[in-house]
Amino acid sequence: MTMKRRNFIRRATTTAIAGVLPVSLIRIAGAQESADFTFAYISDSHIQHIEGNRFVRNFDRGLISAVAETNLMNPKPDFVMFGGDLAQLGTREELDHGFEILSGLNGLPLRGVLGEHDYYLDLGDYWRQLFGEHYYSFDHKGVHFVVLNSILTFDDWTFNRWESAERRMSEMAGLDNPNGSPFMVGEAQRRWLAADLQNISRDTPVVVFSHSPIQKIYKGWNFWTDDADQVQAILAPFDRVNVIYGHVHQIQYNQIGNIAFNSVMATAWPWPYPSSYAKSGSHVPVMTVPMNRADPFSARDATGWQLINVHTGRVDLEYTLYDNSNRTVSWNGASGRPEDTSYQAPALRVPPQNHY
Amino acid sequence: MKILLIGMALLASGLVMGDEFTAADLERWQQQYEQVAARGRQLFTDPALGSNKVVCAQCHPNGANTHPETYPKFQKQLGRVAMLWEMINWCIRNPLEGEELAADDPDMIALQAYIHKEREGVPLAPGKH
Repeated sequence: MTMKRRNFIRRATTTAIAGVLPVSLIRIAGAQESADFTFAYISDSHIQHIEGNRFVRNFDRGLISAVAETNLMNPKPDFVMFGGDLAQLGTREELDHGFEILSGLNGLPLRGVLGEHDYYLDLGDYWRQLFGEHYYSFDHKGVHFVVLNSILTFDDWTFNRWESAERRMSEMAGLDNPNGSPFMVGEAQRRWLAADLQNISRDTPVVVFSHSPIQKIYKGWNFWTDDADQVQAILAPFDRVNVIYGHVHQIQYNQIGNIAFNSVMATAWPWPYPSSYAKSGSHVPVMTVPMNRADPFSARDATGWQLINVHTGRVDLEYTLYDNSNRTVSWNGASGRPEDTSYQAPALRVPPQNHY
Repeated sequence: MKILLIGMALLASGLVMGDEFTAADLERWQQQYEQVAARGRQLFTDPALGSNKVVCAQCHPNGANTHPETYPKFQKQLGRVAMLWEMINWCIRNPLEGEELAADDPDMIALQAYIHKEREGVPLAPGKH
């Protein structure tokens, strides 16, 4: 569990040759072995254009690593999700550059989740050309997947407030910018979601992908979806619901009724936990064991990507963390919630997990 | 007589008084600090502080994860006890790919004023990692 990235690559390469799987990357199959599968999740790459053909190298490297390592997976993940914020300021240059790096995924099916950094320049027009619709659903091996566009906001903010699209984008791009506006799924999409789920049987596992958390964590940084309660109410009747979200650039997990929540890491940079902003109060799901505090001298520390195992309708997240110990947050059937497989009990926690 | 008059005039004008200040002074001095901290916030979100348009606030929303109350402290990556301004320069040089600021550069003072302002109320904890 303490594989560094170098070791990870060496081990993955070795095992590909030997034809044996690295044990940390597979789940021991349960009763429903035939339905088990994995997919890769890469998110929040924030490709940032400087000018001409120059992009911020640091953020390029994070996405390039995730693509390279995903390609080393054996067996291959069934598909790859990109969890939003491919771009920093939503420009064609950034989306094209990021999409070109993603095109290095050797033949793996790729689907996207829309992030606010992809959206607020042209309201997702160019992103749609690359990835497709802003919200949609699909089925895979008995699991119903739903992709939501959770980063919409009040029409007045989007359409009337700003003198230019560039201004609108830059105002929403600042996480702590008081001129921003709360994220929401919105009424039209909630109606679509209810209709989409209408013919799905209650015992079908449901996995929802969103950019922002479909739960209310900290409004000040939009670790938040304003109509989360209403979306949760639509999902509540299903026996097994899993919401996987990006945006927060840190490990979080939570359980609300039948709904398990898991966040994914960013490939670009880590964010502090809201509780470490002294003026915010504490705003992290209590069951979350935090990721290690980032070492600022290691540009890739506290970033990474994840392999997600789906089994018995629940998800395990294998966090591949560059330049740090990997982490696994798995569904615990006994306790009925996601748990860290190494650090969940308070006595097992280590000093780098102390954020303040 | 003339000398006495001048002396009395000086006393009356208050110019010879020592360390005294008014509520208005305190307010003015606080304003000075607030202005510099506001300038710090501008720099904290200014794409021109470095060379690659990356800004401090991208990684440090509301200045979080900067821990100004812990300096001076042993910085293991430098192998010695360091001050906050040195770490700010590390960030300007690396993620921002920019030019370092002098310790007494008004911009460096402003950046620290902002970082401390976001951390108001947190007890000093020098040396804490």
